[in-house]
Amino acid sequence: MKKALSLLLVGAMTLSLAACGGNGDSASTDSAAEESTTTEETEAADSEGGEAFKIGGIGPITGGTAIYGTAVQNGIQIAVDEINAAGGINGYQIDYNFQDDEGDSEKAINAYNTLKDWGMQVLVGAVTSAPCIAVAEETRNDNMFQITPSGTAVECVQYPNALRMCFSDPTQGTESAKYIGENGMATKVAVIYDSSDVYSTGIYEAFAAEAANQPFEVVSVEAFTADSKTDFSVQVQKSKEAGADLLFMPFYYTEASLVLAECDKQGYEPTFFGCDGMDGILGVENFDVALAEGLTFLAPFVAKSEDEMVQNFVTKYEEAYGETPNQFAADAYDSVYVVKAAIEAAGATPDMSVSDLCDAMMGAMSSVTYDGVTGKSITWTDGEPNKAPLVVQVSGGEYTEL
Amino acid sequence: MKTKTRSLSKTTRSNLITYGMVVAAYIIVEIFLRAGMVSSLLEGLLVPLCMYVILAVSLNLTVGISGELSLGHAGFMCVGAFTSAFFSRCMETAIPVSGIRFFLAILIGTVCAALFGILIGIPVLRLKGDYLAIVTLAFGEIIKNVVNVVYLGRDSRGFHVSTKDSISLGLEQGGDVIIKGPQGITGTPNDSTFLIGVILILVTLFIVMNLINSRTGRAVMAIRDNRIAAESVGINVTKYKLLAFSVSAALAGTAGVLYAHNLSTLQAQPKNFGYNMSITILVFVVLGGIGNIRGSVIAAVVLTLLPELLRSLNDYRMLIYAVILIATMIFTSSPGGQEIQERIKLFFKHRKTKEA
Amino acid sequence: MIGFISYLVNGISLGSVYAIIALGYTMVYGIAKMLNFAHGDVIMIGAFVVFSTVSGAGLPPVVGVLISVVACTLLGMAIERIAYKPLRKASKLAVLITAIGVSYFLQNVALLIYGANTKSFTSVVAIEPISLMDGSLVISGETIVTVIACIIIMIGLMTFMKYSKSGRAMLAVSEDSGAAQLMGVNVNSTIALTFAIGSALAAIAGVLLCSSYPSLTPYTGSMPGIKAFVAAVFGGIGSIPGAFIGGILLGVIEILGKAYISSQLADAIVFAVLIIVLLVKPTGLLGRQIQEKV
Repeated sequence: MKKALSLLLVGAMTLSLAACGGNGDSASTDSAAEESTTTEETEAADSEGGEAFKIGGIGPITGGTAIYGTAVQNGIQIAVDEINAAGGINGYQIDYNFQDDEGDSEKAINAYNTLKDWGMQVLVGAVTSAPCIAVAEETRNDNMFQITPSGTAVECVQYPNALRMCFSDPTQGTESAKYIGENGMATKVAVIYDSSDVYSTGIYEAFAAEAANQPFEVVSVEAFTADSKTDFSVQVQKSKEAGADLLFMPFYYTEASLVLAECDKQGYEPTFFGCDGMDGILGVENFDVALAEGLTFLAPFVAKSEDEMVQNFVTKYEEAYGETPNQFAADAYDSVYVVKAAIEAAGATPDMSVSDLCDAMMGAMSSVTYDGVTGKSITWTDGEPNKAPLVVQVSGGEYTEL
Repeated sequence: MKTKTRSLSKTTRSNLITYGMVVAAYIIVEIFLRAGMVSSLLEGLLVPLCMYVILAVSLNLTVGISGELSLGHAGFMCVGAFTSAFFSRCMETAIPVSGIRFFLAILIGTVCAALFGILIGIPVLRLKGDYLAIVTLAFGEIIKNVVNVVYLGRDSRGFHVSTKDSISLGLEQGGDVIIKGPQGITGTPNDSTFLIGVILILVTLFIVMNLINSRTGRAVMAIRDNRIAAESVGINVTKYKLLAFSVSAALAGTAGVLYAHNLSTLQAQPKNFGYNMSITILVFVVLGGIGNIRGSVIAAVVLTLLPELLRSLNDYRMLIYAVILIATMIFTSSPGGQEIQERIKLFFKHRKTKEA
Repeated sequence: MIGFISYLVNGISLGSVYAIIALGYTMVYGIAKMLNFAHGDVIMIGAFVVFSTVSGAGLPPVVGVLISVVACTLLGMAIERIAYKPLRKASKLAVLITAIGVSYFLQNVALLIYGANTKSFTSVVAIEPISLMDGSLVISGETIVTVIACIIIMIGLMTFMKYSKSGRAMLAVSEDSGAAQLMGVNVNSTIALTFAIGSALAAIAGVLLCSSYPSLTPYTGSMPGIKAFVAAVFGGIGSIPGAFIGGILLGVIEILGKAYISSQLADAIVFAVLIIVLLVKPTGLLGRQIQEKV
């Protein structure tokens, strides 16, 4: 029996190795991955004989962080469809392929290599910070142009070939502390953060550092972890006991909805102040929006904005996916347009090598000033976008810009 | 006497086949690599494959040979990964030769994991069955949780440790935060290579297979099969169990070193060092055949490649993986599945005799 | 002092959720002798069924819960029939791996049907919270219902096991399935019944879990599932009152550990206590000491 089993396994292994090798032979075109490329633009590209820019995306579409990856995947898709419909970049269509990394650094490298086999020239990703740092190391080796829509950790853009579309963790923490202090929103502040998450601790650290210069006092700091984020009674009760009149919540809306529900349960009504991860809380299916009333946060994007570009994006997104896009989708959408702007400024063509393309695009980036859904006249220094955060408040069950 | 020599030569032959398989796989892959016929995906997977093979073989020592269900294997891997990455980060300038530095890193990671194996093994091995499983799981989770709150920085005054945040380290200007809580260690030199991975696999196989066929190995298996009988013939149960457990932990630490030096970032997340990882490795061991070392090697390779090859199925990828897992278990372990296997075997045998 | 009592109440509230999951866990373990890693995911499916029927289709909560119980019972039996029954005689590890496969399967099915976005679960409990000591101590309706449900289920299960025919058949199978078969007990149908009851309990647990902590994703069940597994081991796996006590204690330790020691190390504290308990009492608090025969 053991023999039969090992025979079976050896067979499977040979097959899989052969399949891998096969992929390598024809690395440029029609690999298995290509079939997974979404919808029409593949055909469009094929008809032009592969003369297209190949843009890859990496992010979690399964696993606990799948919410963010899916939003990015959809955001990129909308932008790619728009650009292709409008005649592409410099007359060339875009080929788009998105790979799952399950929110894990090791899997992100696999996703990156899969995309490389497919022929990726520009990377939009990765979505979450840790995988993004790991992938950044690879893109540096290959000198590939990388723009992360949502990797907030400082190290994500430490190399000259990488940019980000979102705010960095330190920017957000510092700006939040300044805003609270300058507007006299509170005298005593409590913080709850996710001590097992890079994003959350990053913002918290910057916030705590800046808080020392501000006219308020941090009276309570409590943490939770990825493994115990069901119950928030202790953290909320501690904040309440410390007499904090403002609760700073640097984490994502999934957990925030639980914290808000817990505050309501305990009859605790501080001012709630979040971070850009809060965008989307009103979209949580079946969520009692009254709980989030008054929640303020700094964000790059408000779906309610009357800006024409935003409205165009939001309408298309809602039509395609049946939900309001959050900032992940918006940053992803903008990322693709930044890629377009850089290619156009550089006058690049798809037949350039990955490295040449990257150098050309990076060289052109200094002259790019970008107007998008997450900000106007954005420029980049050292990979960081210079854009002013919007202050968003939930009032009457809607996001409103302050 | 005659039967004994024959059975000995049989195991030796079987071991040689296993080594040969690894070496052959290495040579084939190396030839393809030289010829540029290997896809980037497979090239990137080579070191992780070595790592998973080492993990599977080492866990098989605990689960298969020693008969203890351990769900905390990833914890030892975590220890090996963090200690070695810490060492490499500190010594990056002091020891510029990557070969020597990595060799020392492997030693350090392995030894630290072994120490944890002994420390945890002493209390844990008193328990049995599922209780042992849950306690190993608990230790694994504790290691992961503790690593996540450690901040460690270095400046001209030496090392500073905090469990709160990097600000409270009170570093001087220009100080370097090496372990940064959940963000772990970034900037570890990428020293892991396929060749080193394969060498480590061979060393692992050598250690484990020799252990199995030694006096010690037979004592361990005797304890697994009947503890009381083994005790009554004077086998020191605690000693042998602990030995197998800590060797297994040490090898998991080695795999952790490979992991840490393959990626430039190292975080202790549920995905890589949580119980999920321990379970993934356990799946390799069970599917490869409990106690069957060669099976572990093959299963680790196949099951690591499988989800990657299913990438083209996009959303259905993990679903198909789950179905394949269930189907394989039923095929290999149920009476119905075994009957089918027997029939296939008979069919081949039949044909062979006919040909002859 | 009020602070402490309040933490204690929250601990019991969390613990009762763990306990109700652990009851299903321990029941299946006791009789089928297998660690059903997919239990947590059946809980998640149960919660999703209620979410679809109550929040989606607008049915009254009671009907939604009933549908969910029926759906989970059928699901549990189907899983048992397809995935576990063929492995009745296989090694324990083979069954464990299959259970893990089932767990992945259920998570990914839910992911495909409902997507990754968080759903907010509307509580099915309509009881007003009790406010004590001028509002400084609030006990929510969900806590009251969960604790009561837990006690009722525990007593119900114990009575069922002791006095009903099928219950005694279960006891017999758990004691020695071979001998039970010889005595005319249908082992297969007894185990199927165990899974049916265990999964029905999972549905109820899912509803109560999500009523107390109203966020629902395809991965909602996995961590509480593991914690409940810990609780079941804590109380002595296979023991019904043990699962109850283990669950409550685990919840209380988790909350008090967070409140008084460190909120960052809450998980480590819980697991450390578990290890200490098992080292002192190797078969859990109420587990039976099995004497090894020579």
